[in-house]
Amino acid sequence: MSYKIVASQCTGCSACEPVCPNVAIYEKDGIFVINPKKCTECIGYFDEAQCEAVCPVDATCVIDTAQPRYQARV
Amino acid sequence: MQEGLGINDRLRQIEVASAAQLAPDHNGCGSSGGSGKSSCGSGAGAGDLAPEIWEKVKNHPCYSEEAHHHYARMHVAVAPACNIQCNYCNRKYDCANESRPGVVSEKLTPEQAAKKVVAVASAIPQMTVLGIAGPGDPLANPEKTFRTFELIAAQAPDIKLCLSTNGLALPDHVDTIADFNVDHVTLTINMVDPDIGAAIYPWIYFGNKRHRGREAARLLSERQLLGLEMLTERGILCKVNSVMIPGINDQHLIEVNRAVKSRGAFLHNIMPLISAPEHGTVFGLNGQRGPSAQELKALQDACAGEMNMMRHCRQCRADAVGLLGEDRSAEFTTEKVMAMELDYDGASRQAYQAEVERKREAQGAARREAIAELAGHHSELQLLIAVATKGGGRINEHFGHASEFQIYEVGVAGAKFVGHRRVDLYCQGGFGEDDALASTLRAINDCTAVFASKIGGCPKDMLREAGIEPVDAYAHEYIERSVLAYFKDYLGRIERGELVHRPKGDATLRQGAFIAA
Repeated sequence: MSYKIVASQCTGCSACEPVCPNVAIYEKDGIFVINPKKCTECIGYFDEAQCEAVCPVDATCVIDTAQPRYQARV
Repeated sequence: MQEGLGINDRLRQIEVASAAQLAPDHNGCGSSGGSGKSSCGSGAGAGDLAPEIWEKVKNHPCYSEEAHHHYARMHVAVAPACNIQCNYCNRKYDCANESRPGVVSEKLTPEQAAKKVVAVASAIPQMTVLGIAGPGDPLANPEKTFRTFELIAAQAPDIKLCLSTNGLALPDHVDTIADFNVDHVTLTINMVDPDIGAAIYPWIYFGNKRHRGREAARLLSERQLLGLEMLTERGILCKVNSVMIPGINDQHLIEVNRAVKSRGAFLHNIMPLISAPEHGTVFGLNGQRGPSAQELKALQDACAGEMNMMRHCRQCRADAVGLLGEDRSAEFTTEKVMAMELDYDGASRQAYQAEVERKREAQGAARREAIAELAGHHSELQLLIAVATKGGGRINEHFGHASEFQIYEVGVAGAKFVGHRRVDLYCQGGFGEDDALASTLRAINDCTAVFASKIGGCPKDMLREAGIEPVDAYAHEYIERSVLAYFKDYLGRIERGELVHRPKGDATLRQGAFIAA
C-alpha cells in the first residue's frame, strides 16, 4: 500500500521529503526512503503521488508491488 | 595553475596585479566608443550605471567585469532539490550550464555552510559575496537557503548575499528575500514564449502537480516575469541568465532581452549551451549543439544596444570558491573547515577593500588619459586579440600555460573585453602537444593576434600558419595599452602597404564546465 524509492536511482536531492503529505519520507545514508506504513499513495490529498511528480529521475518513485494497494478508509 | 601557492603568495600576486592595472579606457564590454551601453554593467566604472546600482555592484565579481579582478565570491551547495526539469540538465551529473554540481559533490547543511563562509572570508579578504545557486534551486529549498542567510548575516554581516533561481517559486519568496537584505538575484530565463519553452523544459512541479509541455512553460514564464517585476519594485537588483540554444531560442533571446529589460533587470548574461553526450542530458544525447564563438558574440552584440550585457561569466560551479575562473574549493573542504579555529576579522577585510578602492580610482584616471592617445585616428577596422593573462590587467601568462584566453575587441574607439575562451593546456612540462595546440588554434581562430608573456618557436610557426600573429613583445605590460599600441602599428603597416588585412573566420567554444585543473 505504498510507493517506494528505487535506491540505485535516488540522487539524494531531497525534493520529495517536504512535499509528502504524510511525512512518510526520510533520509537514510544520503538517499531517501519511504515508510510504507505512512504512505497513502497521496490518496485523499492529491490527484498524483507528490514524490513521483517532483522526482527528477524517471521511474525512481514507484508503486511497491510487494505491498497491497492502499485502500482509503470510508 | 595556482595550486602551489599559499594564500599569502596568492594575495600578494593579486595585490601586485591590481596595482599594475593601468589600462586605456574600455567602456565595458558591449559599447562602441562612448556611445553604446556598457555590456558588463560596470566595465568603465560608475559612469555607466545609476549611482545606486554602481554602489551595489562595484564589488561583486559576478556582476562587475572590473570587480572580478579584485573580488571573489563563493557559493555554498545547501539547496539540492529542484522544482523544474531542463533539457540541458541531468540531476545525476554535474550540470555544465548552470553551476550545478551533481550528486557526487558535497552537500552542506546550513550550519556547515555558514562555518565554511566565515572560514573562507577570514582567509581571503577579497571574498565579498556569498551566493546560493544550487545544486538544485535555492527557492525549492527555502528553509535551508534562508537559514544559511540568517546564520551568515549574524556572523559576517559585511558579506553580500545573493541567490540564483529558475524563478518558479520566486513570487512566493520575494518578501523574505527583501527581509534578508539579499540585494542581488539572478534569474535564469531562457524564453518568454511557451512554444519555445516546451522544447527546453519537459516538466515543472507547481501547485502539487507535474505540468508538462506548453502549459509548463507558460506557467514558468508567467512566474519568472512576475517574480522579476516584484523584485525590481522592491529595489532588489536582478541579473538575467539565458542559455543560448542554437535553433531553439537563439533569435528569441532578443525578445527575452527586451522583456526582461522592460521589467527592470539591470544585466543580461547570455551563456553558450554546453552540451555533450557524457553529460547524460536530453540535449547532450540528442546531439543539440552549442553556439560557436561568433554566434554567441553576434547575439550578445545584438542585445548590447538594448541593455547591459555580461561577458565575463565563466559558468563556474555552484560550489566554487575564489576569483571568477579560479577555484580554491580544495582548501576549504568540510573536513578542513570543521577543524578550523575561526576568528572573524572584519577590520582587516575593510582595510584590504579600502586599498583596492584606492587602486581602482587611480586606474580610472589612467584609462581616461590613455584613451586620448587614439584621438585623430580614423578607421572602421576592428580586430579581435587573444590575451594570455593571470589577471590584474597584465599580459603575464606563458602561451603554453594558459588555460584560457581573454578576448579583446580593439578599434580606434578603444579596446574592450568581449569574452574569454577556455583551452586545454597544451604545454605540460615544457613540450607542446600538437592536438591540444590545434584545439587552442580553433578556440582563437577569430583573432588576428595572440598576446602572451612568452610563446615558443614551434607554436609561433603554427600560429602564423593559422593566420594568427604571435606577439610576446608586450610581456608583462598592461593589456589594453598594449593591444591599442599593436592596433596603431597594425594600421600603420596597412598604410605602408606591408600588410593586407584579412577578415578572420569563426572559433570554437570549448565544451565542459570550468573546473580548476
